[in-house]
Amino acid sequence: MAFLGMGKRVALPEMTSEEYFTAGQGRLIWQRFKANRTARFALYVLAFFVLCGIFAPFLSPYDPTAAGRNADYTNGAPQVPKFCDVNGCSLRPFIHGTERTRGPETNFRWVTVQTEERTYLTFLPRVAPYRLFGVIPMERRLFGAEEGFVHLFGTDAQGKDIFSRTLHAVGVSLAVGTMGVLISFVLALIIGGVAGFFGGWIDTVLQALMDTVKAVPTIPMFMAVAAFMPESWTSEQRFFFISLALGFLGWGTLARRIRTHVLAERTADYVLAARMAGARPFHVIRRHLLPSFTSYIIVDLVISFPYMVLAETSLSFIGLGLKDPVNSLGVMLQNTTRVDVLLNYHWYFIPVPIFVAIVLAFVFVGDGLRDAADPYSERR
Amino acid sequence: MGGLLTVRDLTLRFSTDEGLITAVDGVSFDLEPGEVLGLVGESGSGKSVTAKSLMRLNSGNARYGPESRMHLHLDGEDIDILALQGARAMRKVRGDIISMIFQEPMASFAPAISIGAQMVEMLQLHRGLSRKEAKRRSVEMLERVGISEAARRFDQYAFELSGGMRQRAMIAMALSTRPRLLIADEPTTALDVTIQAQVIDLMKDLVREFGMAIIFITHDLGVIAQTADRVAVMYLGNIVEKGPVADVIRRAGHPYTRGLISALPKLDDLDSPLMPVPGDIPSPLERPSGCVFHTRCPVAEARCRTVIPETRQLRSGHRAACHLNAADEVAL
Amino acid sequence: MTDVAVAIRDLEVHYPLGRRLFGTAPVLRAVAGVTLDIPRGAFFGLVGESGSGKTTLGRAALGVAPVSVGQIRVTDSQGEVFDVARLDRETERRFRRRAQLIFQDPYTALSPRMTVRDIIAEPLELMKLCKTRDEANARVREIAAKCRLNVEYLRRFPHAFSGGQRQRISIARALVTNPDFIVADESVAALDVSIQADILNLLKQLQRDLGLTFLFISHDLSVVAHTCDHVAVMYLGRIVETAPPRRLFATPRHPYTRALISAIPSLDPENRARAERLTGEIPSPVNPPSGCTFHTRCPMARDRCRVEAPQLRVMADGHLAACHFSEELAPPGTTEPRSSQGAQ
Repeated sequence: MAFLGMGKRVALPEMTSEEYFTAGQGRLIWQRFKANRTARFALYVLAFFVLCGIFAPFLSPYDPTAAGRNADYTNGAPQVPKFCDVNGCSLRPFIHGTERTRGPETNFRWVTVQTEERTYLTFLPRVAPYRLFGVIPMERRLFGAEEGFVHLFGTDAQGKDIFSRTLHAVGVSLAVGTMGVLISFVLALIIGGVAGFFGGWIDTVLQALMDTVKAVPTIPMFMAVAAFMPESWTSEQRFFFISLALGFLGWGTLARRIRTHVLAERTADYVLAARMAGARPFHVIRRHLLPSFTSYIIVDLVISFPYMVLAETSLSFIGLGLKDPVNSLGVMLQNTTRVDVLLNYHWYFIPVPIFVAIVLAFVFVGDGLRDAADPYSERR
Repeated sequence: MGGLLTVRDLTLRFSTDEGLITAVDGVSFDLEPGEVLGLVGESGSGKSVTAKSLMRLNSGNARYGPESRMHLHLDGEDIDILALQGARAMRKVRGDIISMIFQEPMASFAPAISIGAQMVEMLQLHRGLSRKEAKRRSVEMLERVGISEAARRFDQYAFELSGGMRQRAMIAMALSTRPRLLIADEPTTALDVTIQAQVIDLMKDLVREFGMAIIFITHDLGVIAQTADRVAVMYLGNIVEKGPVADVIRRAGHPYTRGLISALPKLDDLDSPLMPVPGDIPSPLERPSGCVFHTRCPVAEARCRTVIPETRQLRSGHRAACHLNAADEVAL
Repeated sequence: MTDVAVAIRDLEVHYPLGRRLFGTAPVLRAVAGVTLDIPRGAFFGLVGESGSGKTTLGRAALGVAPVSVGQIRVTDSQGEVFDVARLDRETERRFRRRAQLIFQDPYTALSPRMTVRDIIAEPLELMKLCKTRDEANARVREIAAKCRLNVEYLRRFPHAFSGGQRQRISIARALVTNPDFIVADESVAALDVSIQADILNLLKQLQRDLGLTFLFISHDLSVVAHTCDHVAVMYLGRIVETAPPRRLFATPRHPYTRALISAIPSLDPENRARAERLTGEIPSPVNPPSGCTFHTRCPMARDRCRVEAPQLRVMADGHLAACHFSEELAPPGTTEPRSSQGAQ
């Protein structure tokens, strides 16, 4: 009975009907995705943060580790660049210097802004050489201060620039997420695919495995993992290990979904049609089954991404994942839990909205993709 | 007006990302109490959308045209369906006065609640019966529609019944509140012929017994011929022809109706060739100008492409919307 | 002897229901002993309600259902005989070229990720029937034209098409390898009435032009009567009656056929008489009734029917029925069957 019902055969804006009719799956999904304003906006946000993460070494004015610290400005408030002050305006943004004194009675620190003193911002200043992505030698960063430091998001207790740390943390968290998602994706595709396509006892065994993995309680598991990690490991080793752990624990759900997909599609008419056309199982999988759910897999991956980031974050937050010298969003969030931070140093919280924005962006992009990916979805 | 239902100029568009899609375009019809009106059309004709709008069941992106009027007349009371606001008021058209049965009976039963519990809830909600009274009435109703061991079925779940039984149970549930109007949306399409015949018989009996009006939606003219008093033929959101069922089938006034009839395989004449209606149903986005049927009409003229035909009276109560009928009428 | 294209002998297809750790799982006998000859060039109709096993029989004839007992032999126009239940890899490849399937649902039978050209050309490419891409394209265009598909549409994806056009794509794919045996499984059931006639006419025309042998499976007796030159009626995995459609309608020799005919809603509003209606529904094939499997719903069942399964008997030339009391059956539209003893 199903003629292309309401909204199924709808030409999308910017496409002539012939273009629409000859459009492949990817293009259709993209066209539908573009029509979804929330998802499109989320995609821009996401792209922005991904770029921030990738180009963090260039975008951030200082090294996020102790090497780039400003010993004279620990726990310093954010410095907002200005164009005007009481002494008039300037075309170049500048910040005011600060002076710190300790009250003799209370030993309490007082910070006075020296409105007389201007430190101008500079763009593309020459700095100590560093390597972008670990390979490209660079000796300039996007911006800096003419003399001394500029801290857009303030500094932490050691004087490390929170702005630089946040940018790097975004990169690290996304990288951990990507690694975790990739590992779990490969596992899920193989295990779920095999279980779904061959069925029978193989399916039974693999399903039991999926359930076992899903049944492992996460926190004690991670505590064990954390205990296993020797103190002597470098931050890179830790980073890699955490990604691995996330990947090996996170594939259960995705594998089950892929299994269901394969199981459902395996008996679809067009698969039988391919068999009738003389196709061998390998051809059926490659030409018919995989394309039929690549879009779903991509969507699933995007949707599971924020959970990976969340998992990493919560691990680091409870102190089981990455530790302070390394930057990740979880580490940044963990720093906000100290009482004096809560009371006095509110700029430690700046990474929090960024973290929330990243997770939300992922969720919205994933939702948008899911809505766009189903070729015969009801569009109501 | 002594009728039960009047629908005037019902226009319904769905707002989608791609713009407004017209599903129903200026549909008007009346329904007398106890009358069976067949609504025939192919997919995309807007027959289900029309029926659902009587219960205001269309989705949130449905936009009613400003001229649309739908009124129920009951014991001197006049209910403006489009003016109903809020769930409590809507209950009048959703169960009190109008009930609906569907092609897929699983759709009207909650999977995790027993059939009996749902029927009792309906009766309590719409008729304010006590639990005990509601149960008595439900079992009675299940028996009436021919479900054996009704008392036992009462505690079963929809998935435990066979297709035909499920359809019967759905009819029992829809009729238990004694609605004045039953909307039957392709209730026999998913059934085997032998079961379809049983269900049609049952519905005919129930009409006689309960005296309610039925809007019977189907794509099968044979089912309409067997059940309906009057028939309205829909194509792309328009009623192109309506009239007494025998008259419409024997002396169809619209080329589309004639096309539908000649496309049907007929048992009494196995030699007659099957005559398809040429072409395909246009997409809802590409609504033809003028007469909506002109893209497939074998007798279309130049004016059909530009001028929307008016609905003309052919015989008493038999109307069709075709330019060429004016000439036909003279010939008659 | 007429030239038989498909010969089915004592065919049984069983599906085990679930897996049991201990004991034997119940078995669904989807096809329970079917013997059938389809002459070359026939448009052979197979009618039955859901659960009658007609789809399984069709799939078995194409070698895609697990045959438990019996034999299917398909002879192609070149004279090669295929033992369909026991195909090895090489013969299967040749057989696929010769025998094809047209599906019911034009929406699920086409890969949504492939263009129409790729869908139609896939069998050619898989069976390596064309040496070059140009040759394949030419063949695709040729068959598309035969199926009245606009050649302009070949670049499009299935989502661009309505049900009728999709069914034409499906037909073109089935015919592209030049098969001579086609199983059409409910191929017009999902289509709108106005389109249905068009596809039926197309199938008929293709059958005549290309000399195909059709097994046309349908639940709709009136469609079958109009298109087929021979009809078999199935009930619970067995063939209960087979005859040319005209004979079948004029003098059905099985009460089930008679009931099926009288259940078709008449287009004549004045003819609302209730011919005899079957009570109840088709029993589960897991647990079929004893004797004649139809006895639970038969208006003229007697004691003998409950114990003894009737065999197909010759009623007239080309007309077989499996009923103990065929001779007592009145033509449809007349009053109650003469004998009502033991009914209900």
